[in-house]
Amino acid sequence: MRDLFDALGGFLRTFGALQLFFMRLLAESPRVLMRPGLVSRQVFNTGALSLVLIMVCGFFVGAVIGLQAYSNLARFGAEDQVGPFSALSLMKELGPVITALLFAGRAGTALASEIGLMRATDQLSAMEMMAVDPVIRVAVPRFLGGVISMPLLTAIFTCIGMLGAYVVGVPLMGLDGGAFWSELQQGVGKVDVYEGIIKGVVFGIAASLIAVWEGYNAVPTAEGVGRATTRTVVITAVVILIFDFMITAIAISQG
Amino acid sequence: MRWHPYALHVLIVVMNPENIVEIDDLHYSRGNRPIFTGLNLHIRRGEVTAIMGPSGTGKTTLLRLITGQLIPDRGRVRVDGQWLGELRRAGLYKLRRDIGMLFQNGALLTDLNVFENVAFPLREHYELPERLIRHIVLTKLHAVGLRGAAYMEPTELSGGMARRVALARAMATDPKILIYDEPFVGLDPISMGVIVRLVRRMNDALSISSIVVSHDVQEISSVADRSYLISEGKVAASGSPDELSNAPSELVRQFMHGMADGPVPFHFPAPDYASQLFSDASKKGRKNDA
Repeated sequence: MRDLFDALGGFLRTFGALQLFFMRLLAESPRVLMRPGLVSRQVFNTGALSLVLIMVCGFFVGAVIGLQAYSNLARFGAEDQVGPFSALSLMKELGPVITALLFAGRAGTALASEIGLMRATDQLSAMEMMAVDPVIRVAVPRFLGGVISMPLLTAIFTCIGMLGAYVVGVPLMGLDGGAFWSELQQGVGKVDVYEGIIKGVVFGIAASLIAVWEGYNAVPTAEGVGRATTRTVVITAVVILIFDFMITAIAISQG
Repeated sequence: MRWHPYALHVLIVVMNPENIVEIDDLHYSRGNRPIFTGLNLHIRRGEVTAIMGPSGTGKTTLLRLITGQLIPDRGRVRVDGQWLGELRRAGLYKLRRDIGMLFQNGALLTDLNVFENVAFPLREHYELPERLIRHIVLTKLHAVGLRGAAYMEPTELSGGMARRVALARAMATDPKILIYDEPFVGLDPISMGVIVRLVRRMNDALSISSIVVSHDVQEISSVADRSYLISEGKVAASGSPDELSNAPSELVRQFMHGMADGPVPFHFPAPDYASQLFSDASKKGRKNDA
């Protein structure tokens, strides 16, 4: 029982420290945005370098959705709904969630291990000794880079996914191209797009915060950096799925 | 009239006799393990001061306490006239602009090349024209003999070169204090000789105060004006390197002359050798030996 209380106390302490760290990142963000070079380099590192992975995965996820949609809807003679079905699945759920999971695996681990190694090799201490705040110079630009690139990657994943669904539905399964796009246009509203954008932004903040936090607080050893990297992926995956449920529930309750 | 650098250095020391670092009754523990238990230590302005001690005595921890990276449990640390406990983050960072630190592994920023590493503190703190930054960086690199390596990556440097670049970076903003954390560890004799000479030369040429943490007795004794030997959380002995070499204390003699056994025992505390070897516990696993 005592172990349980200790674990709960430890969790609450860490959660409190994480919130303070998040507030610090937000407070320092305007100052860092005044140095666009720092942020744009991180957008490149987290966003551009994840692009190929996101595009390939997006295409095949979209293709699978198109295939599933076609084979199931065809039984009810509703093949023309493949377009909106795929688009809504990708836009509202699979796009943001899978992008966030891929982001955690590719960019999140890179961020956590990079910052963790900087801690382990005294680079962060060296910055502190040069009167340079490592939160401002290292953590905030990487956090902002992730926050900016995640929604963009989500949008790209979704668009490429729709292309995958189109390739399966129209050239392979013989659906009419015009019907595919017109049904898609009629079936998808602004609210659906907003839901996808909100999820992309929220997941971007969560995934970037967790990666930067884990790296910044990594135990400065090889094992510690490895553990921080693993924790980044695991915690991000769980948090993303919880947030996904919460946002979806809120969106549905709002009608 | 032009002043010889050494004359200028002596003049500054004579005119400003205050200690650059003062540590009073310092207590610091890591977990339940006490590291310092009432340490008192004064470092004079303008001198090269060596802080020595066996491994694990907290020499690097002491440097982190002097630079405000760690907060003592009790006691006070004053650096260049300012009590660290009274400084907020901005004040501490302002003070650190006057302190250069050479880390044991160099701690070069791996995403920047040599030139940009040395330019880093200049770019972060001052809005200088690019041409001036270039002049300062090349001057500092020339002082450590690595002007030719300006555009190499940190991964291309040997251990000695990395430490010299780190020294150039530490000097970039012309600090009042240069702190060296184990600068001689893992260096070949040539690199070690270079660093030893640089410690003395930089101190005298730039009229600064140097604090060198090391357990390389011969090397540090050849350049230090004053040495402190730390053991069991306190200053065990202090004085000039010659005074320490001839000190009557068993501990000081053991350390200064590198004797394997003495007050610091060769063996880590353990149960009786024979009884441990032949006891049944050995069959049951290591846990029972303790």
